[in-house]
Amino acid sequence: MNTNKVKITFFSRSANEAFARGAVAAFVAPLDPTVAELSDIKTAVSEAVTNCIVHAYPDTVGQIELTAEVQENQKLILTISDKGVGIENIERAMQPMFTTGSPEERAGLGFAVMKSFMDEVKVRSKPQKGTKVTMVKYIRSR
Amino acid sequence: MTADVEFMVAGEVLTAALSGEIDHHTAATLREKVDEQIDRRMPKRLILDFSGVGFMDSSGVGLILGRSKRMQATGGEVSVRGVSEQVGKMLRLANIKG
Ligand SMILES: Nc1ncnc2c1ncn2[C@@H]1O[C@H](COP(=O)(O)OP(=O)(O)OP(=O)(O)O)[C@@H](O)[C@H]1O
Ligand SMILES: [Mg+2]
Repeated sequence: MNTNKVKITFFSRSANEAFARGAVAAFVAPLDPTVAELSDIKTAVSEAVTNCIVHAYPDTVGQIELTAEVQENQKLILTISDKGVGIENIERAMQPMFTTGSPEERAGLGFAVMKSFMDEVKVRSKPQKGTKVTMVKYIRSR
Repeated sequence: MTADVEFMVAGEVLTAALSGEIDHHTAATLREKVDEQIDRRMPKRLILDFSGVGFMDSSGVGLILGRSKRMQATGGEVSVRGVSEQVGKMLRLANIKG
């Protein structure tokens, strides 16, 4: 498997949640992931992209940048970045059940899902500057 | 629309059969449709059937918890059925019994 990288930029429209996870699914297909691995990756992408749409750009339509890279040893690296409101306290934001969204709709589980479904998750954020989520998953070769 | 919901009523039990992909985009419409049925039929029990769901992120958990709160407010309850491997993994993380 050769190394490869793609970069996509798209509007923070909720219809693009399905687009983003579909694009990543197509990118990882040559790595021959299991059904479970693929669904973990799609779910993690959906969480990160949804956070940009719901939290980073609450009242505007902004740009979201997604990169997907595959390195040696079937190492998949995904980044999802926005130039939105940013996160003041990252540690608190990443705690399960923590949400600044409406409790009627949001479970506060997005980061917990990313952490449990991927092998590594890193978050960098600056208030009023934006947020970048980096996730790594090793696709087991079969 | 890449998600849908169909309703069945049997006595005081309302079943909502969900299908397609549940994310933040599709959850809004699903939520509206389910809530409309809850308000109209006032069931004692709401069964959310996930048999037809091929993808679900944490928005689906929000959908369950939100309906659960609504049903509890009128002394009713929610149960979940038809949980696939993928949906089950999400529910376990949220401590919801499938
Ligand atoms: N890209 C982002 N920009 C700004 N704030 C963010 C971003 N991503 C997450 N947050 C903050 O972190 C909190 C926790 O995010 P997380 O995804 O874990 O839960 P949630 O989005 O609130 O609920 P759920 O994901 O279950 O629907 C959010 O409520 C929000 O305050
Ligand atoms: Mg989230």
